[in-house]
Amino acid sequence: MTVGKAWLSTALFLVGLVANLNPALAENKAPSVTDWPAIEEAAKGQTVQWNAWGGAENINAYIDWVGDRMEALYGVSVNHVRLSDTAEAVSRVIAEKAAGRIDDGSVDLIWINGENFVAMKERGLLETPGWATALPNWEYVDVEGKPTVVTDFTVATDGLESPWGMAKLTFWHDTARTAAADLPASAKEIAAWLKDNPGRFTYPAPPDFVGSTFLKQLLAETAPKDIDLSQPATDETFPAATKAMFAMLDEMRPNLWRSGQRHPENYPAMKALLADGEIDILFAFNPGEASSGIAAGELPETVRPLPFPGGTLGNSHFVAVPFNAANREGALLLANFLISPEAQIRKENPEIWGDPTVLDVASLPEDDRKAFGALPLGVATPSPAETGPVLVEPHGSWQDRLEAEWEKRYVVGG
Amino acid sequence: MRQRAPLLLISSGLALAVIALPVLAGLAGTVLPAFGYLPALGGRTLSLEPFHDLLATPGLNDSIRLSLVTGLAAALISLGLAGAFTAAAAGTPVFERMRRLLAPLLAIPHAAAAFAFAFLIVPSGLILRFLSPWATGLQRPPDVLIVGDPAGLSLIAGLVLKETPFLILLILAALPQMPVARSRQLAASLGYGRMTGFVFLQWQPLYRQIRLGVLAVIAFSSSVIDVALILGPNLPAPLSVRLAQWMVDPDLSLRFTASAGAILQLAVTLAAILLWVGLERVGATILGVMRERGLRLARDRIPRAVAIGLPVATASFLIAGFLALFLWCCAGFWPFPDTLPQDWTLRSWRTAWPRLGGPLATTLIAAFASAFIGMVLVVLRLATRPVGRPASVLSQGVMWLPLLLPQVGFLFGLQFLAIRTGTDGSYAALILSHLIFVLPYLMITMQDAWAAFDPRYERVATALGASRLRAFFRVRLPMMMNALLAAFAIGFAVSVGQYLSTVLIGAGRLPTLTTEAVALAAGDNRRTIAVYALLQTLPPLILFAIAAILPALLWRNRRAMAA
Repeated sequence: MTVGKAWLSTALFLVGLVANLNPALAENKAPSVTDWPAIEEAAKGQTVQWNAWGGAENINAYIDWVGDRMEALYGVSVNHVRLSDTAEAVSRVIAEKAAGRIDDGSVDLIWINGENFVAMKERGLLETPGWATALPNWEYVDVEGKPTVVTDFTVATDGLESPWGMAKLTFWHDTARTAAADLPASAKEIAAWLKDNPGRFTYPAPPDFVGSTFLKQLLAETAPKDIDLSQPATDETFPAATKAMFAMLDEMRPNLWRSGQRHPENYPAMKALLADGEIDILFAFNPGEASSGIAAGELPETVRPLPFPGGTLGNSHFVAVPFNAANREGALLLANFLISPEAQIRKENPEIWGDPTVLDVASLPEDDRKAFGALPLGVATPSPAETGPVLVEPHGSWQDRLEAEWEKRYVVGG
Repeated sequence: MRQRAPLLLISSGLALAVIALPVLAGLAGTVLPAFGYLPALGGRTLSLEPFHDLLATPGLNDSIRLSLVTGLAAALISLGLAGAFTAAAAGTPVFERMRRLLAPLLAIPHAAAAFAFAFLIVPSGLILRFLSPWATGLQRPPDVLIVGDPAGLSLIAGLVLKETPFLILLILAALPQMPVARSRQLAASLGYGRMTGFVFLQWQPLYRQIRLGVLAVIAFSSSVIDVALILGPNLPAPLSVRLAQWMVDPDLSLRFTASAGAILQLAVTLAAILLWVGLERVGATILGVMRERGLRLARDRIPRAVAIGLPVATASFLIAGFLALFLWCCAGFWPFPDTLPQDWTLRSWRTAWPRLGGPLATTLIAAFASAFIGMVLVVLRLATRPVGRPASVLSQGVMWLPLLLPQVGFLFGLQFLAIRTGTDGSYAALILSHLIFVLPYLMITMQDAWAAFDPRYERVATALGASRLRAFFRVRLPMMMNALLAAFAIGFAVSVGQYLSTVLIGAGRLPTLTTEAVALAAGDNRRTIAVYALLQTLPPLILFAIAAILPALLWRNRRAMAA
């Protein structure tokens, strides 16, 4: 048992170290976020381990381009660690903290939002508050016009994460196969429509973020008005708020694609289903998705948005730096580059990705403004009027409970 | 080599140590957290809580049933196909031709084979595209669940596609030691059909020789992760898949549950093996009864044709699947039910290309390094083992250990150790973790060839004045080049196909073509998947081709060696 005891005491010592770690102490040895020249100097030669969802090819290609630009601009390499679920990176940081790795963590930057952000924020796993708002390019971020860039699922970001893009749940259909008038115009109409069109709709299995978003969309449409979804869910409010929603999901289930026995893993998987005519409705969290799908030959050219006049969920997605990032300076430079006009213009281009910008275009220098204005909208990208108003995300606690309840109902029975 | 110097002892034991130490350490590293002990995560006392949590998991029974049924069914069907084929074809030229067809199939990574199979059989897959709409009348793919069916039938079929060639090749290796021709004559002279004669006279001794291989198929199939992610059900998934997901969950307490689950997985695999031993008894009894009754089945032309046809059909299925991969990798827009894409493009290759370099390099480095190191260790072991003494039960057991244990059982613990020592994500740890699986295959392939080598060649060389070392390097190794290359190719292919060890020990920082391809399964982008699956298959196939062609080139002026 001596080995075990030594192990135990080492672990205790390291856990103690982490607990006593003074943020001010950490800042002493690393350049401060406000000292930008020092950061650029320290970042040179670093390889940033960027942990980001890797399920969509156009996004992966964009991340590669970012890596090339970082190399050219700052001599910083970027390695895209592709995740199928952002929780993988969160768990890695948690494990490292537990194992006492406090300054050479393997994760430098995480593409993150929502409940994963809340989990890291609550556990104190993130770089010092305020770094995001201290980035030089922060001045262009549209805080007033896009309030979700500082509020992530109703939780204040406190400058712990830097916004990267905007999301708005958008639905599409193939005009060659279906007419918009025959299709649902809100999530709660889908169940009834499915009765006459069995097998023509499905959603990714939660906890995939688009699948969970579909549940939240349905929740937002069906929850009784007297329950405030921006407040944390409780044992009282949750059943009351979700009763109608789950009744609807139950009703849908036998008529879902594959009778609900299988769900697509994520939204790109639904593109192939729509292209082959297996399903009639595609949705994604990015209004430019269908346009870039058409450009990539994955979707027919006849795909168009399906209007949801009652509105759909919208939010922002972010990047965050773990507290123990080994290449912290490179990660900060990268976060700053991601909100540069150059990076944001390319990202909004539907032929590249089609992800809406977080910047206030009007505040930009003239050249950049013109470049944004010159971007093609994309044939299948809806105007804001077509997707309706933005519905605000419920508090992060709703998502955890929704996912757990969904699993209990639909995974157990098989 | 009668006297065994310490150095020789060490070098002969090295291969076993490289297998046994990590596996045992990994097992210990899994067992302790399973009982709540993992100080790094705050678990300092032993408890049964992880097991309570595990048993409270929704859908656990379905997951266990899936793992159990998949393991047994895949082994039973593969063995049935391989055995029937052997009974029908042993001693005929078809058998030798089959070897040429099957060896490359062994090189195909499991994940790539699973993708190829899926591309064929999904409702929007190649088969229905070829038949629609002229034969089926379908304008849209039918809404039926084929890949990912809750009973795991596609998963079982996909495993059978890969395990049948494996078992046939094991049989091919064991068969030369059996009196095939003589017993066939004997059986024929007594009026038995060819298949019946083989089953009555030769099946049981043959089965004894390949038994560990069959058990390895059960262990693998009951705990496979990559193939199950591609072909298996997901509501719920087989046990091993869910365990791997818990290992990467942000909720740290799930690590304990995952470790307890790994123990459960060990038990499930053990249960599958015990059930199998029961099945063996039943089979032997049935065989005995049939034999007593003097069942002859002299006219077995049709069963023989079926028995030969089925494995050929499974091989053709795989090849057709690869045709589907080829079509998708260069397809432009290709809606159902079009038989061929509307246009062709290299776009998928162009977008994937910039990201392929890293994984390709990692794949090649790990595969070459682990196959080469493994080769050295195995040759060291075989060369320093006393001549003529058969391998001990212990060393055989160690050799088969990594193939008979579910991978989650010891890889979870190894990952904890790697994180603690800060070696996770390093090439050294990755190569070592691959070696655990490469070594057994190298040893299995090499030891028979080694024993079959006529020792008199070396004796003649030393009698002519060469030192033993010189005789070893100038006579034995060159003369065994065929076997060495073939084994190297197999070791290489095993490393390329590694999924779980690469994910856990590589810590996501050393992605290979295999982990990238499996990660893509979730996204379901058929074009990109096709690119990765094809590229993943290419290096092992090239190595197999080299192993097949190089000896013929090297020995073009040595007639007896070229064969």
